[in-house]
Amino acid sequence: MTFHSILYPETKGSTRQEALEAPAFFVDLNLDQVVDAITAGRQEYDLRPFFYTSLHDMGAIKYRHEIMQDLEDETLLENIRSFAQRMIVMRRYLALAEKLEFRNHKEGWFLEAARVYCEAVTGLAHDLSQAKLHSRGLSAFRSYVTDYANSPGYVSLATETTQVKAGLSAVQYCITIKGLTVRVRNYEAETDYSMEVERTFERFKQGAVKDYRLALHHASGMNHVEAGILDCVAKLYPDVFASLHQFCAGHSHFVDETIRAFDREIQFYVAYLEFIAKFKRAGLPFCYPEITVTREVCDREGFDIALANRLIAERAPVVCNDFHLEGLERVLVVSGPNQGGKTTFARMFGQLHYLASIGCPVPGREARLFLFDRLFTHFEREEDIKNLRGKLQDDLVRICAVLEQSTPDSILIMNEIFSSTTLQDAVFLSRKIMERIIALDLLCVWVTFVDELASFCEKTVSMVSTVVPENPALRTYKILRKPADGLAYALAIAHKNRVTYEHIMERIKP
Amino acid sequence: MKVLLMHRDRDLNPQQKLPWNEQALMQDLELETLFRAMARGDEFLFAMARQVVLTSLYDPEAVRYRQDILRDCLKNSAIVREIYQIPIESIQNRRRRWLGIFGGTPGSVLSGAISMLEMFVELLRKLRRIAEEHAHKFESEGFQRFFAMIVQELDDDYFATVDAHLKAMRFPGGVLLSAGLGPGNEGANYVLRKPRAKRKNWLARVLPQKSPVYTLKIHPRDEHGARALSELKDGGINLVANAVAQSADHIDSFFKVLRTELAFYIGCLNLHEQLALLGEPISFPLPVDSAERRHSFAGLYDVCLALTMKRKVVGNDVNADHRDLVIITGANQGGKSTFLRSIGLAQLMMQCGMFVGAESLCANVCRGLFTHYKREEDATMKSGKLDEELARMSAIVDRIGPQCTVLFNESFAATNEREGSEIARQVVSALLQKRIKVFFVTHLYGFAHGLYEKNAQHSTFLRAERQSDGTRTFKLLEGEPLETSYGEDLYQQVFGTHCEEGVRTPAAA
Repeated sequence: MTFHSILYPETKGSTRQEALEAPAFFVDLNLDQVVDAITAGRQEYDLRPFFYTSLHDMGAIKYRHEIMQDLEDETLLENIRSFAQRMIVMRRYLALAEKLEFRNHKEGWFLEAARVYCEAVTGLAHDLSQAKLHSRGLSAFRSYVTDYANSPGYVSLATETTQVKAGLSAVQYCITIKGLTVRVRNYEAETDYSMEVERTFERFKQGAVKDYRLALHHASGMNHVEAGILDCVAKLYPDVFASLHQFCAGHSHFVDETIRAFDREIQFYVAYLEFIAKFKRAGLPFCYPEITVTREVCDREGFDIALANRLIAERAPVVCNDFHLEGLERVLVVSGPNQGGKTTFARMFGQLHYLASIGCPVPGREARLFLFDRLFTHFEREEDIKNLRGKLQDDLVRICAVLEQSTPDSILIMNEIFSSTTLQDAVFLSRKIMERIIALDLLCVWVTFVDELASFCEKTVSMVSTVVPENPALRTYKILRKPADGLAYALAIAHKNRVTYEHIMERIKP
Repeated sequence: MKVLLMHRDRDLNPQQKLPWNEQALMQDLELETLFRAMARGDEFLFAMARQVVLTSLYDPEAVRYRQDILRDCLKNSAIVREIYQIPIESIQNRRRRWLGIFGGTPGSVLSGAISMLEMFVELLRKLRRIAEEHAHKFESEGFQRFFAMIVQELDDDYFATVDAHLKAMRFPGGVLLSAGLGPGNEGANYVLRKPRAKRKNWLARVLPQKSPVYTLKIHPRDEHGARALSELKDGGINLVANAVAQSADHIDSFFKVLRTELAFYIGCLNLHEQLALLGEPISFPLPVDSAERRHSFAGLYDVCLALTMKRKVVGNDVNADHRDLVIITGANQGGKSTFLRSIGLAQLMMQCGMFVGAESLCANVCRGLFTHYKREEDATMKSGKLDEELARMSAIVDRIGPQCTVLFNESFAATNEREGSEIARQVVSALLQKRIKVFFVTHLYGFAHGLYEKNAQHSTFLRAERQSDGTRTFKLLEGEPLETSYGEDLYQQVFGTHCEEGVRTPAAA
């Protein structure tokens, strides 16, 4: 009866190591926002390290895909959610019991924690036994939890919990408060006085009225008067309370370690699936990417997940984009009018690869993505006055560092570098950098205003942001694979203003 | 206990949505004048008049139910106003003594609510006295049922029970609570119980206590303990305090409904008094089913004009029974708009159960009243004038249905006459086809004349009258549309050297 982990397949000699800090490119790709959104409301699971750690092994990615696919079954996901909810409640009760001072009270909450734990485990074992599972991970966990739920230790925990709770629930008593005296005795079927008052005045009722019950502030826990009353009640029901004491002594550590770990780790999947559900509702596709070690990557109808997250909240439309590289193609050079979605496209390329590397489904109808070793981004930074090297130099220093660390298996995303220099310099430097990138043979997306890069060599592919031809002020946010033509935009405006060649020829009459 | 003075089978819903064209109706029919007369400066009466007049009844039977009650009100106005004072007094008392809140502890909620209940009970006794004394003077179904209910529900036994409760809630024998054990063994489901009557002495001796009693005494100097104890007690009192406060609310809401339902009739009484001072007649109209086509009246006048002018104004007699269409043409400032408004006002007043400003009137109810008036200017100059007019027409078409009524006032005149006539012709023929009743004030001769040629047996044609010397009578007579209007007269009147006296009506622009 052992189980390794729902996040990692069991491999010999490998040790788990999770990053505690977000990777350097997170901010540039807006993945920090994405992970914030995914993990929101789940702080107690500490899921961030899972989202900060790329897998570099196809088998491990496949292991997660299988589990994620199983969990796309809404029933199973709901089952896991209700298990998780119970585990949360259980932890809260245990923490409460830990702090309390009156014995009958403390033990009452401990019993409550055990009761919820048993509901969680029994429920999960039952739900998994009904589920159609295809993943290795969940199947292995199912056998574990089934064995556990049938183990003698667990069975006695569950039985005793039920018995003791039933005894306590049957307790009913009356108190009379007069002056500083409280008398406690059995309940003898006295009538409900509030109901009698209500009945008397009911005839005037015209509709719903305000609720005048004050939200009486009750300090958490129990004060000594309540504890005193509870002790009196315990005297009224001595057997019931004796069995409670016995139960607590016998089951002091009832939570199973493997169950505890599963509860945390499965949230990686639940959190991600819940996050992408709203995209799916908005009609945006997700798919399980094929992971490849060739550079022939592609995605159909992908989108920037961070931007889409914002747009959906604003009920604004999300524009999807495609890309593909084949043969020798390595570098996507993106040019075209500003505010046309170029940066978004570059981010999307990076996000897709990163999300694929942690074993998650990615935006798009179908995708083939590269198993990279490292991912680098170089986005233009706001001028930093403490930095005396100046912007251009800073750009070059950073790029140099990146290229030094890169291998042919790395991915590089560059956004509008050299914009603070002369065009001549920019062209020159860009060519130089491009040569090095080509030489390294790595995958790269490069957003640039330097059109010349688009047709640099057979390894570069040109993509262009586009406008509505009739109204050049309107962006489509579509990035299309076509030759860079800095004039297309200008021509459209000329057309609108009727100053193209044809227009001018026609308008100027002899 | 239901008031049921506005509907036979349900409460008036003061939140019922007003028709979407409420703004247009207010403006075109000058309803503000009507509501102000009904309100006499009272905001609540104004709001209720607006609510009731604008949310028409469609069933002639429901109209008659209110008419009967209103007749009783006119006959017994002093008594009705006295009843109306009861909820008013309750509101004033509340405002003076409670400011709408009871306080911060269950004990203060309870005592506040008890004293409010006592105040209400006094007013209820007053209501019963009125019912006992005056019920026999009322003949309408609505009032008879109302008074019978008061006498029956608020009998002496009932008041005795209420008094007993008000005493018992001081808890002379201590507070008795029952409870169970909730999660964590914390006391749960506290319920305030009514103590059993004490066992007679011999019985107490014969029957042993069923279960032991354990006693917990709080030390007099244990302040924490005393506070804990009073919190526990508060928990129980909280429930009964809630019940008492809600009971007070129930009575309060009963009074509110009473006020709401009487407000309309009080408004009618106010209006009636003002019209009576002017010597203007009123009458209860005869509503008939919306599928019929009836519109015949004598002495129908514009109530709002009379109120504004503070004198008797000219009324009209028309028989347009079995007609779908009434076309009004004729002299400028000859009373056409006033007439159209009197039609609209009478329709709304009839369909809320009011009297109308006429010697007599019989009309079919309509499923919705729409107005389409020429607008002097469009504040937002986004669209051209005809465009704006047609957009409003289109908005009406979105919402109109069979058996509705539309009042057009100089519509589609923003373009030349030929085009305007053609648009008007197309619009009106379609509406008539859809069983919609149309009143149309127009200068579009082509339009009016075309209808006269073709549609005479289903239409009534009225003309603003002009004496041979050029003065206007403001009376409309049946007659074929005439090609010329009388703008020239107006011009003469305004710019001419001699002015005729007293015949211009500023409201009939």
